[in-house]
Amino acid sequence: MATNTLIWLLPLPPLLAFFIIVLFTNKSNKLSHIVGVGAAALSWAGAMVVFFRSLGVEHFGEHPFTDSIPWLPLGDGWLEIGVRIDPLSAATLFFVAWTIFMIFLYSVGYHNFGQPKGDHDKQGLPPHGATVENEHGHKHSVPSVEPMYARFFAFIGLFAAGMYTLVISDNLLTLFVGWEIMGLCSYLLIGFWFAKKSARNAGIKAFMTTRIGDVFMLLGLAFLYSATGSLRYEVIFSHEVLHALESTPAFWGLSAAGAIGLLLFIGAVGKSAQWPLHVWLPDAMEGPTPVSAMIHAATMVSAGVYMTIRIFPLISAGWDGYTLTPTMSIIAFIGAFTALFAATIAVAQNDVKGVLAYSTISQLGYMMAAIGVGAYVAAVFHLITHAFFKALLFLGSGSVIHGMEHGVLHTGNHDLDPQDMRNMGGLYKKMPITFWTFLIGGFALSGFPIVTAGFWSKDEIFADAFAHGHTTVFIVLALAAFLTAFYTMRQITMTFLGDAKTPEAEHASENTWTMTTPLVVLAFFALAYGWVGIPENFPILGSFSSNWFHHFVAHTVHLPETHAEFSWIPLITSLTVALGGLAFGWLTYRKQKAGAVDPVKKWMGPLYHWIENKYYFDEAYDFLFVNPARWFSEIFTYKWMDRGLIDGILHIFGPIAYWIGHLFRERFDLPVVNRLIGDGSADLVHKAGEKLRFVETGRIQQYMIAAMSVFLIIAAVLYYVILI
Amino acid sequence: MNFVASHLLTTILLFPIFSAVVLLFLPKNETKLLRWTALVASLIPFGLSIWLWVSFQSGTPGFQFQEQYTWYAAIGSSFHLGVDGLSLTMVLLTTLLTPLAILASFSITDRVKPYMMLFLFLETGMLGVFLALDLLIFFLFWEIGLVPMYFLINQWGGENRNYASLKFLLYTMAGSLGLLLSIQLLGVLFQSYDLPLLYERWSSVQGSLLGLPVATVKTVAFWAFAIAFAIKVPIWPFHTWLPDAHTEAPTAGSMLLAGVLLKLGAYGFLRLVIPLYPVEAHRYAGILAFLAVMSIIFGAFASYGQDDFKRLVAYSSINHMGFVMLGVAVAARAAGTLDAHIAVDGAVLQMFNHGISAAAMFFLVGVIYERAHTRDLNAFGGLFPIVPVYGGILIFVSMASLGLPTLNGFVSEFLVVRGSWPIFPFLTALGMLGLLFTGAYILKGIKKILHGPMNEDWVGHLTDISTREILVVTPLMILFLVIGLWPAWILDVINKAVMVLF
Repeated sequence: MATNTLIWLLPLPPLLAFFIIVLFTNKSNKLSHIVGVGAAALSWAGAMVVFFRSLGVEHFGEHPFTDSIPWLPLGDGWLEIGVRIDPLSAATLFFVAWTIFMIFLYSVGYHNFGQPKGDHDKQGLPPHGATVENEHGHKHSVPSVEPMYARFFAFIGLFAAGMYTLVISDNLLTLFVGWEIMGLCSYLLIGFWFAKKSARNAGIKAFMTTRIGDVFMLLGLAFLYSATGSLRYEVIFSHEVLHALESTPAFWGLSAAGAIGLLLFIGAVGKSAQWPLHVWLPDAMEGPTPVSAMIHAATMVSAGVYMTIRIFPLISAGWDGYTLTPTMSIIAFIGAFTALFAATIAVAQNDVKGVLAYSTISQLGYMMAAIGVGAYVAAVFHLITHAFFKALLFLGSGSVIHGMEHGVLHTGNHDLDPQDMRNMGGLYKKMPITFWTFLIGGFALSGFPIVTAGFWSKDEIFADAFAHGHTTVFIVLALAAFLTAFYTMRQITMTFLGDAKTPEAEHASENTWTMTTPLVVLAFFALAYGWVGIPENFPILGSFSSNWFHHFVAHTVHLPETHAEFSWIPLITSLTVALGGLAFGWLTYRKQKAGAVDPVKKWMGPLYHWIENKYYFDEAYDFLFVNPARWFSEIFTYKWMDRGLIDGILHIFGPIAYWIGHLFRERFDLPVVNRLIGDGSADLVHKAGEKLRFVETGRIQQYMIAAMSVFLIIAAVLYYVILI
Repeated sequence: MNFVASHLLTTILLFPIFSAVVLLFLPKNETKLLRWTALVASLIPFGLSIWLWVSFQSGTPGFQFQEQYTWYAAIGSSFHLGVDGLSLTMVLLTTLLTPLAILASFSITDRVKPYMMLFLFLETGMLGVFLALDLLIFFLFWEIGLVPMYFLINQWGGENRNYASLKFLLYTMAGSLGLLLSIQLLGVLFQSYDLPLLYERWSSVQGSLLGLPVATVKTVAFWAFAIAFAIKVPIWPFHTWLPDAHTEAPTAGSMLLAGVLLKLGAYGFLRLVIPLYPVEAHRYAGILAFLAVMSIIFGAFASYGQDDFKRLVAYSSINHMGFVMLGVAVAARAAGTLDAHIAVDGAVLQMFNHGISAAAMFFLVGVIYERAHTRDLNAFGGLFPIVPVYGGILIFVSMASLGLPTLNGFVSEFLVVRGSWPIFPFLTALGMLGLLFTGAYILKGIKKILHGPMNEDWVGHLTDISTREILVVTPLMILFLVIGLWPAWILDVINKAVMVLF
């Protein structure tokens, strides 16, 4: 098949899967997951074909696969939309296809396919397990299948379709289309167990918080489209257009390019959960774990970073390679701040997914900071490696929770929170595959040297930030990296190492192949993907490396020529914070007893409450925005303005009209019309009749005289009037 | 067929009235016969409109299928009909929604005959406004449309129906007074009410009229037109009749009220106000844009503040029609530019989109109301497992109303925002607040009805949506998707008309 046709078709299988499952196969779990996973496999296969074909194209950056069609007739011309696979989208497509496919496969096991229906399971609540009887009449509890199993595959199908649409787009409009579809899917999937209030509210929170970013992004699109007449990358990122945008002033001293870049970036702040719009992502783990992996790695948050990387030519218009543009500075600040800020919160989380949620925010901050300081390739690199190891970690944590739920079903203690790491420990014996893959993922996240992919991508960000003199960003990111290694090791130690802290952890068990296979595959990439991007100037290893990744991706855009010499400082920093953090985390938590106070809590004292409560951002936003908005809607707008003021004014017209009508009746109708004219004329006739009564005598002669005299008078009058 | 072909517009326009007369002679207790006759009768204009759509030459500027008959020669008014891309879209919308509204009314059992007749009268009234090329005829149908709706609310409405129907009727008629006077002024001046003629002559009038400078007279006449249409749209702060009328109206009445009647106002702006008063429209465009943005914002906030599902949806109409008005304001300010073309393209498409999505929303409100006999959002909760099909449809339709990309509303809202950004950047940015809260009220509706812990009171008392009801909403849902994915088929017709008009 022609490559361009194939690209168009990539989002189609999961989209069709959505419609097929919703409309036809929703009663059958088996058919539904065959359709769902099959669709993911098809798109994956297509994506691989496109990716490997792109490798065969020489100077792929200058000759990407593109195709477009006219879509909207506007004015004299058409707004065109199309597809485009260039090095950036090819690299993105690779990780998106792999992670999505793995997550689909994993979901089959995670939602307990093949298990009996639950005893008391209801739609909208997680399955609670079923009681089965074996041949000896012995009853025991087993996991039960998800009551909305088919629906889940429909939703993640749509989610995947949104992400594929976003990646293959050659313009920001269809990118936005995919973007918003994912917004809907995140809402539906975070709130998948909708009967839980917390899940329902988390879905709404995710949708609304990201929508704040989206409306700014929409303005950015409108601005860009009005200024350039197009939204296609090849037009808006051409030299002439960029130059024109750069030299047009907009607002607040920004150039048009900078202003548009900033508006679009706010969209990414929402989607990629950057401070101050980060609040939705931790709550997003209310959804089933495959969804968390989907949101945190494969699709949604990656989309925000992807878009920011896409618009790099806009935000960096006027950048000479050293002095950052205002927009870049803002992005670098928000990214670096978020990286550190979220890392501090992650330290105090006890929910196994909670730690990962904040680590995602923090890692996305790294990528944003990298974009902000102009480390284009490093940002893409980290985006990809992060997607692999974060998908791995989330699926791994899901595997842990699933294993713990086995334990819960075994002991029957349903009050125990299977997600709380304080209840775990010693799982390495029970769940070896999960343990080893999780270890790989955790080490990649921490940037464990040489072997993990995370090391190489993180190191490149450090090196870039340092080489171009962005020392503050460098230091902040290094601090965050130390915390990352620390909380990751804390998590691994609490979860897998030491002794089991509860009977449930003792009875945890490894999961089925559909869940473990994705872990192994992703673990492979969490290690190996780093090797394609080893810098040539890296000591010893560099001489074996061609740094394929850099050469491939860097040709997507025209970056200013800068020469970065190799420096030991960022490398040593990187090694120190990673290894130091890991060692420190292990030393601190390895002897931790069940029920003991967290050591960090002891050190931090009252400050710990701030971290534990996420710096009270949720409470502050409720106080500052959510509650006032409710008051403004219910009381001000509806009760005071509409019902009170506007209807109040309208209601005055009624009484006024009535009063005027009354006035007319009392002062005119009754006295003048009724009494004077109406009754008056009757009276007059009556009186006249009385007076004239004597005329009616009954004598013919008198009547004749009267008639004759009237005739004579008329004749006389006529004579005078007509003849004279 | 030849007669129909040569009198296509008249046939579409008058067929519903003739059918209503036929209904008159059917026995009043044969409800089934009455319903089906009304449905079939309303499907014929729809079929003819499709014929009209297909044979319409969108590339040819100006009005097509024109018909002109002597009507009131003494004052220079003639029965002049015609369509261009703008009115054609609205005719299609009207003839599409009427059969669906009638199908939705199959559950009505009280006085079926007059009910169905009123709907057919209403259809003629609405179509007349869109088809008229004579100001007096325009006004005639404008007023004719009011009467059936008044009786539908007043006779088949909810508890507070007297207040609501009176408010609706009086408010609209109050607006019509100025409109009528202004129309008379034009008629007296030119001895004609013919629109194409007035377009030419009115703008070239110089000197003084009635002892006043022309500019003053025009300004007054402009506002008379504008306020009449503003009430109909409705624009903030003339909007408070709408939630009351909707809340009390029967389901199908709300469908047509939101689906078509509100469009009459916006159509008036596009067909009459801007072409007849380009100078005044340009001068006061800022005020229109401001009011439009206030509608967007306060419509969204007020909607979010509701606990009555139907009232929530009613306020959402104000929010959505605000985008139409914003597009109109851009056309008024920047006629002739690409921005204006894009904005009006968006506005007209938004009229169509809001027509179908609001009709679907109101219908879904009616479906749950018929079963639960309450619209109080706090009385529901967690109904998704009880009514899964209804739930899925409700989410789909809500997303169309929210303006989710790949569904219809997004295209039109994006175009309006795109068109208005260069002309009114600050107001456009402010309007984003309303767009944000569109999300809030839509999700509030879903949250309160479908999600959350199940309200056990409804177990066994609610049945899922019926096949007939699915049939009502399915064509609309398909249209959402078709317009969202491939808007060119309709946008091309609109765009070509807009290029000629503005």
